[in-house]
Parts: sequence; C-alpha cells; structure tokens
Amino acid sequence: MPKARPAKKIPIRVLIAKPGLDGHDRGAKVVARALRDAGMEVIYAGLRQTPEEIVRAALEEDVDLIGLSILSGAHMALFPRVLALLKSQGSHDIPVFAGGIIPDEDARRLKKAGIRAIFGPGTSLEEIVTTARALARPSA
Amino acid sequence: MKAGARLPAAARSIVDGDRRVLARTITAVENGDPAADEVVRSLYARSGRAPVVGLTGPLGVGKSSLVNALVGRIRSLGQTVGVIGVDPSSPFTGGSVLGDRIRLERRADDSGVFFRSMASRGAAGGVAAATREVSRLLDAAGFDVVLVETVGSGQVDVAIREIASTSIVVVVPHLGDEVQTLKAGLFEIADIFCVNKVDLPGAEAAKRDLAELVTLGGRPGGWAPPIVGTSTVEPTGIDELWNDVVAHEKFLDSSGERTRGERQRLSHEIVGLARDRVGKELLRRLEADRSLRRLLDDVVARRIDPRTAADRLVVGSRRAR
Repeated sequence: MPKARPAKKIPIRVLIAKPGLDGHDRGAKVVARALRDAGMEVIYAGLRQTPEEIVRAALEEDVDLIGLSILSGAHMALFPRVLALLKSQGSHDIPVFAGGIIPDEDARRLKKAGIRAIFGPGTSLEEIVTTARALARPSA
Repeated sequence: MKAGARLPAAARSIVDGDRRVLARTITAVENGDPAADEVVRSLYARSGRAPVVGLTGPLGVGKSSLVNALVGRIRSLGQTVGVIGVDPSSPFTGGSVLGDRIRLERRADDSGVFFRSMASRGAAGGVAAATREVSRLLDAAGFDVVLVETVGSGQVDVAIREIASTSIVVVVPHLGDEVQTLKAGLFEIADIFCVNKVDLPGAEAAKRDLAELVTLGGRPGGWAPPIVGTSTVEPTGIDELWNDVVAHEKFLDSSGERTRGERQRLSHEIVGLARDRVGKELLRRLEADRSLRRLLDDVVARRIDPRTAADRLVVGSRRAR
C-alpha cells in the first residue's frame, strides 16, 4: 500500500458551509482554498445549508473545526442555532468560526454565544489560517 | 473471529448504529491510529454483506450528481446507503478541498444515509489507502449498500476494482478519442458503462462506440457490461442504472464470480498488508543497527553494487530474527 508523505502529520479537517439564503460564496471558496493550501482537508458543503445540515455534515465528517460564511444578514438567527444543535448533540467542543458582513455589535454577541472568531471584510487569509489552526489544535 | 463473538465497545456501538462512533472510527482508520486496530479487526466478520458499488471516470463527468441520484433511488427502495466520496490531496501541501457533498440532496433528518468525504492522502489509483477498510466499516454498520465515488480519474486509476463488487465507469458524450484510450485500464474494470449527460448531443454515438468496444471482450464469467444513458438534470436512466447494478450483483452470485473476485481482492489485500509490515520492520532494523549506513559506504565507493547490498540487507535481517 503506498504510504503518504513520510512525515506523519494528521491533517486538520474543517467544514466550510454557507447557511442562509444568499448566493455569494466567493468568500467561502477563497477561505476554503487558503485552508487547503495550509495543508487542511476542507469539506466544502456549498450554499444554502440549514443549521441541521451543517451539524449533520460536521458529525459525519468528524471535523476538527467549522467555518460559517454568511452575507444575508441572518447570522443572529442561524449561528446560535448551529451552536445549539452542536450542544444538543454533545459536540459543542467543535470550535466554530465565522465570516461575512457582521456588524460589530452582533459580533460581540455572537462571540459571547460561543462563536470563537469572526472575520469581516479585509481580514487577511494569513490571519484566518493562523486562527483556524489554533482553534483546531489548541495544544500545537 | 466468529460473527457474534464479543465485540469491543466501539465496534458494538457501530453495529448498534451509533453514527458518531462510526465517524470517529473512520477518522482513526484514515490516520492509521492504532486505536482503530481492534475495531477494524473485530468487525471484519460482519462485513461482506453489502454490495460495494464504485463510480469512476474522468473529471467532470458528473459522478457526484450520479451518486446523489443513486442515493435517492436506493432510499426510495427502502434501503440504506453509506457513501464515500474521495477527492485528491495536494501532493505539495497535503491539503484538499472535498466537494463531493455539494451535490448531495438535503437529507438532514434521514438516518438511512451516511456520507463521508475522504482525501486520497497520496495514494494512487483514485481511492485512499483507507477506503477499503472504511467501506467495510459502513458495511458492518448495517448499511444495505456502500457507494464509493473515486477521484476524477485517468485510465489507469483502477484501484476501485480492489474494493468494489460492481464498478460503474462513467463517461460523457464527445470524449471521442478518450473512449478509445479506455480500451486499456478503466475499460477493463467496467461492469457497467454509464453515458452521463445523455441529454447532450453525441450521446448516441458515445453509446455506439462503447458498444463496439464491449463486443471486443466482456468481463470474466461471461458478463457483458451493459451501457446505460443517464442524466441528472432531467432525471433519466437512474432506475435502469440501479437495476443493472442489482443484475450484476445477482450475476456475481449465480456465476461464482463473487467468490472468485473476493479471493483475488483479499489475496491482494493480505499480501499488501504483509508487504507493508515487512517494509516497516526492515526500515526499523536498518535504523536500529546502522547496517544500511555501513553498506552505503561500500556502495558509494563502488566496492559493491546496490543489488548485492540489498541481498545482504535481506539476509542480514533474516539472520537477526
């Protein structure tokens, strides 16, 4: 059986999903590629995912991390719902980060609710990768 | 050993339908984590029940959409299905974007479907090294059917043959000469040919080309691969495709080809696993006793040749036992 790279580094698995009804997935795709280029395995779930679908995918794919992208403005309804579902499944230990157009006041409240990091427009990919890595492997 | 023998707790949970434990065990298998070893071993006796259906073919022919359509068909027949979607890992960063889920219809509350994305992690042939064992876990978990979608593959990516009981090779109209090149490789592993996007012009010609190739030689045991036209835009031919899978599975049983194929696949697997372990053991010993380093000096100085050096290593490692 062909062996992978000699260094036995276990890739971080991350789910990138877009809840909400907007069709703007460019940001999510750019972030997915950046995380891939950083050596992660990115499960790209695509557009218009319900919180139920996102949580289901996260559990089946056994991800280390969930990234949510939203531009529709429905983040205050959808993000807490994802967190609540994770909690009800006993998986609140999976860190969730988010990106999109999210006003500062909302961002503060979402962080209090348990979203671990929120990236607005203009955030560098490097910062997103570094944060994602730290969230997925806090000890490393 | 025996089915029904006492199972480790995690294996018991998987058999009882705990999807979380299943998902975590898959991760452990992918990572070569020794924690999965006992579970994998103990569940083997419970596998071999579900047909393992592989979909392979060039990039962009619509494999993911077909998988979704087949999942719908299988569910409508009241059967459950576990799906593995394999995508390539970057040979440079090891990273991967796994996008096979995008085409999956929304089934958030349907426990009869389990979908897992896998990165190929450097394995050649269109599947990951762990795909076979993961498909067995899905089988042991009780799914009636296992579907495996390979990396969009070239003509030599035939590793699915080592896993699937039925292999579907998917093409689209106007592959033209590419169909010709399928004569070797992919063509030889097809139990069923699927001409997808049959709504596009050229579909009839593509089917004809394949039919011509099929007459040049069928599969072992006298199976002539059927050629099915499908579309997932205006769902066409999906029922027929699934009926052909069922027919092929029946043929495997009635012709004795299932046992023959299984013996062949398992013999490859056992030899592969053994080779893997011998190789690792050899490396471990070479590092431990520095015999390679000493030989290397002689080979570099042209005192002995590489083949002789290898002879000595093998004899040496035998003696060390």
